[in-house]
Amino acid sequence: MALIEFTDKGLYCPAGKFYIDPWRPVDKALITHGHSDHAYFGSKSYLCHKYTKPILQLRLGDNDYQTVDWNETIFINGVQVSFHPAGHVIGSSQIRLELDGEVWVFSGDYKTTSDGISVDFEPIRCHTFITESTFGLPIYKWKSQQQTDKEIQDWVTENKADGRTSVLLAYSLGKAQRVIKSVAAITDTIFAHGAVYNLHETLRTAGHDLPEVKRITVDTPKETLKASVVIAPPSADSSPWMKRFTPHSVGVCSGWMQVRGNVRRRNADAGFVMSDHADWAGLLDAVKATGAQKVFVTHGFQAAFSRYLNDIGIEAAEVKTEYGNDEDIEATADATNEAI
Amino acid sequence: MKHFAELVKVLGTTSKTNEKLEALSEYFANAKNEDKVWVIAIFSGRKPRRAVNSTQLITWCVEEAKLPGWLFGESYHTVGDLAETIALLLPEPDDELLNTHDHSLSYYIETFKQIEKQDEAVKRKFIVDSWSYMDQNEKFVFNKLITGAFRIGISQKMMVNALSKFTSLEASVIAHRISGNWDPSTTSFEELLNESASIVDHSKPYPFYLAYALDEPPSTLGDPNEWQVEWKWDGIRGQMIKRNNELFVWSRGEDLMTEKFPEYAVLKDLLPDGVVLDGEIIPSVDKKPLPFALLQTRIGRKNITKKQLQEAPITFFAYDLLEYNYEDWRSKPLVERRKQLEAIIEPLQSSLIILSPIVEFKTWDELAVMRETSRDLCAEGFMLKRRSSAYQVGRKVGDWWKWKIDPLTIDAVMIYAAKGSGRRSNLYTDYTFAVRDGHKLVSFAKAYSGLTDKEFNEIDAFVKRNSIEKFGPVRTVKPTLVFELAFEGIAASNRHKSGVALRFPRMSRWRKDKTVDEINTLDDLKKMLEVYGKPTTS
Repeated sequence: MALIEFTDKGLYCPAGKFYIDPWRPVDKALITHGHSDHAYFGSKSYLCHKYTKPILQLRLGDNDYQTVDWNETIFINGVQVSFHPAGHVIGSSQIRLELDGEVWVFSGDYKTTSDGISVDFEPIRCHTFITESTFGLPIYKWKSQQQTDKEIQDWVTENKADGRTSVLLAYSLGKAQRVIKSVAAITDTIFAHGAVYNLHETLRTAGHDLPEVKRITVDTPKETLKASVVIAPPSADSSPWMKRFTPHSVGVCSGWMQVRGNVRRRNADAGFVMSDHADWAGLLDAVKATGAQKVFVTHGFQAAFSRYLNDIGIEAAEVKTEYGNDEDIEATADATNEAI
Repeated sequence: MKHFAELVKVLGTTSKTNEKLEALSEYFANAKNEDKVWVIAIFSGRKPRRAVNSTQLITWCVEEAKLPGWLFGESYHTVGDLAETIALLLPEPDDELLNTHDHSLSYYIETFKQIEKQDEAVKRKFIVDSWSYMDQNEKFVFNKLITGAFRIGISQKMMVNALSKFTSLEASVIAHRISGNWDPSTTSFEELLNESASIVDHSKPYPFYLAYALDEPPSTLGDPNEWQVEWKWDGIRGQMIKRNNELFVWSRGEDLMTEKFPEYAVLKDLLPDGVVLDGEIIPSVDKKPLPFALLQTRIGRKNITKKQLQEAPITFFAYDLLEYNYEDWRSKPLVERRKQLEAIIEPLQSSLIILSPIVEFKTWDELAVMRETSRDLCAEGFMLKRRSSAYQVGRKVGDWWKWKIDPLTIDAVMIYAAKGSGRRSNLYTDYTFAVRDGHKLVSFAKAYSGLTDKEFNEIDAFVKRNSIEKFGPVRTVKPTLVFELAFEGIAASNRHKSGVALRFPRMSRWRKDKTVDEINTLDDLKKMLEVYGKPTTS
């Protein structure tokens, strides 16, 4: 029997009677991480890693939350369940299920390189592996965090010298923390958009060791923003909120920046190739490390990645889910509640 | 090459004109003269000789990257650019190897020429060796040199502005110098921008003066007496040059098209020497234009048969005089140029070259009424030109306007989608549309433009969620999204299933208010063909 079924509400474990990252309200939801396309509101109870709870509280409000630590084993209706680091963002986990010696792992979103903030991805041996494929084409190759750090720092320094504000666009949960850490090495004050600030403060309050940021409000004097560094979510781009920074340069931090056309489409002044997802080599390494006999490929370039896995002798099939539009969802959420 | 690669990177990513100009000027200030000439040539659409073809590049790339060919295809559809796909797939050199070579731009172009006739193994070695020490951006630029088509956002004006810092020549003179038939491998930078008279090139065209569309009512232009009005023809804009007893025909895209129009050859003996004319190449009989579709039957051919020449006769509708007696007339007022133009053309009594007539009118209202008859004359509306205007360079606001008729429209449903290229990479932006024919849908047009980025994003998300089948890069989508397509003309065609071909189809509106049951039918299209699609032979 399949430990996980792909239903129209999300990934479902019939033996354990629970869902993983459901996109419709259910009775019991196991949540891999706090991004909005994996953690929807409306379920009766949520189970997540202890680091994810404060994020869910911020985004989904008060609910019935239970938490576990990594590698802690619990049983749900006889199914053995454990969470393991996925290296995607703070708290992000892979979920391992075991029943009668059969092991399945759902990766959630993950990256295999170290960002120095999330706990590093840990490969888990299993029979069946369900993997994301956001960047599942060989054109996607990430540089090291140090290299990207340097690119961002050089760019900020240059803008400063020219008297321009550096506005770095990064997803509030994940990349924002990485970018903040990166620029903290060269600047004392970092300003943040409300959406970034709220999340970042939530993480700091929860005890994560992260640099302090200043929230931009209607009262923030314009002079203090001159030639400063600002971290904002992608949705802030070309909104009236940006006007206060003129003259400024906009840098977009995203894996999509790997392709020139995307940089041009975003009309960004600079594109920094930075992602919280695994690149092509990372996906392949992760799949191989599980030793899985069967791989299901979800959101991203499912068709290409699963075909390639079959080519190299790993049985794989693609699965349709509603994951993978996190940035779209966050974009609307962010844009609606920020003072201009 | 690193210098040139850096220039391309800045030009390709920055959205600010000033930064582009700065980067270009910096390049011209520091690069070697041989390289500068090539940069001018490449950015104005001239290409180095093609030493290897795309198939070879792809083969060597997948061999080097150790990838299956189909995966190259998938990557290419996502990136939307061959040179970039190859650059992204090849392994990156380690730091040591990266800084071992930095050959000049002209070195590579020279070498391309040398290996052109050599064995495939020699070519492969040179290309693969070069890739091995280049970073991703350099590889991209290197591949672009090979595959041609540098579509970089550099207007002629910007290039002229950057060059004007290094010479005292006037902008219009620089623009003239860098256009036309010069060969970057034999022309030196000094020759190209020499301040005394440069090497004589009799074929050299002038940059075209282009008009903006008139969005306001023409009454905003003031006194009708200040304006000369001509029909706006649907043909190929061209420059006809007669110098040194030779005849040249240039298109607006700076292609020398003399060979495509062998019938013009007799004009060499009719036109006076030292004359440059601006006009429209139009299929026509008895001074009456025929639909543009007719010209398309011969324009793409390498060799034109006698039959084609007879079936698609062409006329040059002249409307401006840029040079007379070897003298640049562009700064003279239009009235004066027109008078001289008439004096040249009228006595010829030729069916190959005629004057594009001036439309007589007293009031703007009267003109508006006449405009409605444009389609009957195979015209697209009017050109409004200020009588006192000089012939300027490029697209300029103020003195020349095109006042086009409203396009034809039809409501259709999207049935296929493919990913775009360039700034639309990895985004479904190229669509095929269908009309209803009973219970069936019949495809009849493709369109790529007319929507906002936001709308394209929305449709992209729809396509990704509603694909039925995949054929290579094309996806069949659930026929749900209805669009109003606008187009300039309709003609019968036996190449399309629907039996019609549209001219310039684009999406004018996303009809979110309409369902697939409410779109137009094949019969509606056929009716339009009857009304607007003139027979293609008379």
